[in-house]
Amino acid sequence: MADVELTRVTKRFPNGHVALDDLSLEVEDGEFLILVGPSGCGKTTALRLIAGLERCTTGSIRIGDRIVDDVSPRDRDIAMVFQNYALYPHMTVRRNLAFGLKQRHTPKPEIERRVREVSAILGLDELLTRRPAQLSGGQRQRVAMGRSLVREPAVFLLDEPLSNLDAKLRVQMRAELKRIHQRLGITTIYVTHDQVEAMTLGDRIVVMSAGCVQQIGRPQDVYRRPANLFVAGFIGSPAMNLLRGTASDGRITAGELVLDLAVGDREVAIGIRPESVVRDPAEGPAFDLDVEVVEPLGEQIVVHGTVAGTPVESGAEEETEIPLALEDRRAPVTAVLGPAAEPVPGDRVRLGIAPEKVHVFDLASGEAIG
Amino acid sequence: MSQTPVLDALTRAGTGVPEPEPERVRHRFLFSPWHLVLIPVAVTMILPLVWMVVTSLQTLDETRHYPPTFWPSSLEFGNYSEVLTQAPFGRWFVNSLIVTVLVVLGNLLFCSLAGYAFARIRFFGREVVFVLLLITLMVPFQVIIIPEFLIVRSLGLIDSLGALILPNLAGAFGVFMLRQFFRTLPIELEEAARIDGCTRLGVLFKIVLPLSGPALATLAVITFLWTWNDFLWPLITIYSPEHMTLQLGLATFQGAHQTNTNLLMAANVMTVLPVLLLFLFAQRYFVRGIATSGLKG
Repeated sequence: MADVELTRVTKRFPNGHVALDDLSLEVEDGEFLILVGPSGCGKTTALRLIAGLERCTTGSIRIGDRIVDDVSPRDRDIAMVFQNYALYPHMTVRRNLAFGLKQRHTPKPEIERRVREVSAILGLDELLTRRPAQLSGGQRQRVAMGRSLVREPAVFLLDEPLSNLDAKLRVQMRAELKRIHQRLGITTIYVTHDQVEAMTLGDRIVVMSAGCVQQIGRPQDVYRRPANLFVAGFIGSPAMNLLRGTASDGRITAGELVLDLAVGDREVAIGIRPESVVRDPAEGPAFDLDVEVVEPLGEQIVVHGTVAGTPVESGAEEETEIPLALEDRRAPVTAVLGPAAEPVPGDRVRLGIAPEKVHVFDLASGEAIG
Repeated sequence: MSQTPVLDALTRAGTGVPEPEPERVRHRFLFSPWHLVLIPVAVTMILPLVWMVVTSLQTLDETRHYPPTFWPSSLEFGNYSEVLTQAPFGRWFVNSLIVTVLVVLGNLLFCSLAGYAFARIRFFGREVVFVLLLITLMVPFQVIIIPEFLIVRSLGLIDSLGALILPNLAGAFGVFMLRQFFRTLPIELEEAARIDGCTRLGVLFKIVLPLSGPALATLAVITFLWTWNDFLWPLITIYSPEHMTLQLGLATFQGAHQTNTNLLMAANVMTVLPVLLLFLFAQRYFVRGIATSGLKG
């Protein structure tokens, strides 16, 4: 096992596109680190640089106590699981698992022992004589994991390994991944665009955008204290509501919401997590939500609607949202409410928010305040 | 759903697992209007072949009869043994076999190596060199025949099988074809193999080539046909009867004043037979090649 360090890594492709811009990152020995961000943010490029499948334009990468910039992928002591698994179609599961060890001239009894061990961990025993074409998606995924685990690498790289599975299997494999990591303790770098995977799996997560790191931290810390507007909009599901506000004289005004927060006189964006609001508050700051869409989820009800105010874009939106607010001066807001009373479209609901649960960002720089 | 379409198609091709048949009602007609086109075309294709076999079993007189007799009065199998005793037919057959097998193997090896380099390895001037290679495909053989002859002569290979083998060990067509095929293989397979510990050559021989069966089979069949049927180049470089190939040897049955058509056709049948057998054997590779490029969505 080993730690990994990226020092001021930049990757510029021949067509001029800068996929990574001055990225510095440290992964501790045995850590489960998640690189998360929207498509095109450079997370997969970072993984491929660590794997040695691409070369850094500038900067350097260290794995363990070796600088690996000039080391070929096969000598880096890493293993990688690809998004489409990349199982060798012409080999049986057993040969797929043993291939890496064979290339390294591992003695036969040792190969046999390790294949048996990994196949027991992943439940592949009955599949060993089959070919990839005869496996289901979940089984292929497990074989791909096994092929990497069997090598007992110093670093384990996973590139969106669950994105091709259906929702139920994804949850199951997520738990399995975590169990395997806890059992083997291999340094793991995991790329995903799914923030639920990021939150549930990682010891730490690295939120990336446009080739740059936006925030690094423990999942709960990133959720509770997003460093900037991008992270605020990206982490959390449903996404944080962002409204434009004005701070002056020790209070912030955003639409009809007035908060007693002293952040200096400036334009701000306030962020309210959908799950932080309470219905019909007795006191404190509050606002009216005109309900447009109601999504009952059993224990929770997700309510989409509009409030008075101006929306702010975080830059993390997957695509331009269909504007729910057709009238001027109204902003779309999502709230997660308890199951007690289910509103219907057209209702006006009074929602309150505790001031300490409101996130405040400088509108010009996007950085968090306080 | 879980893999790329190409990878899916490959996994199927690699295992021989049949494609799931789409469920639909099949209507079988004994006759379709297409038959009006297909039957005359098939007859046109098969007739010369049948006539060759028929002529090879006729007497010399029958071959000269006008109008031609299509049914021989007796089957003259003696024509075949006469061909074998009149000329060193066995020797020519072995020569043709040696040349063809070595040229096919050479093409598979060298075109794979070059095709892979053009497909996957980034090197300075790759595109320029590749375009130059493609341009050579447009140069007719007649244009380079004399320079090629001079080169082969300077190597001291004239009137030896080496003259037929060496210049044909690799070809621009094969390089082009394999490069195109290699580029359709999912690159993740190669990247996975490199991480698993393969060198570039290891990736080519252990991953890429085993997955390129249809392309390699097609190249092998095409090269086999070209080499087996080649006449002009052997005619220029080979003089001695013991170094002749079948095609060249056949020409010796055609005299300036008289041609023994029945013997010529018997020799022809024996020359064409390996090619026909190859087609029967290689047919499934062609079908599989088409199936693979059809891709599953």
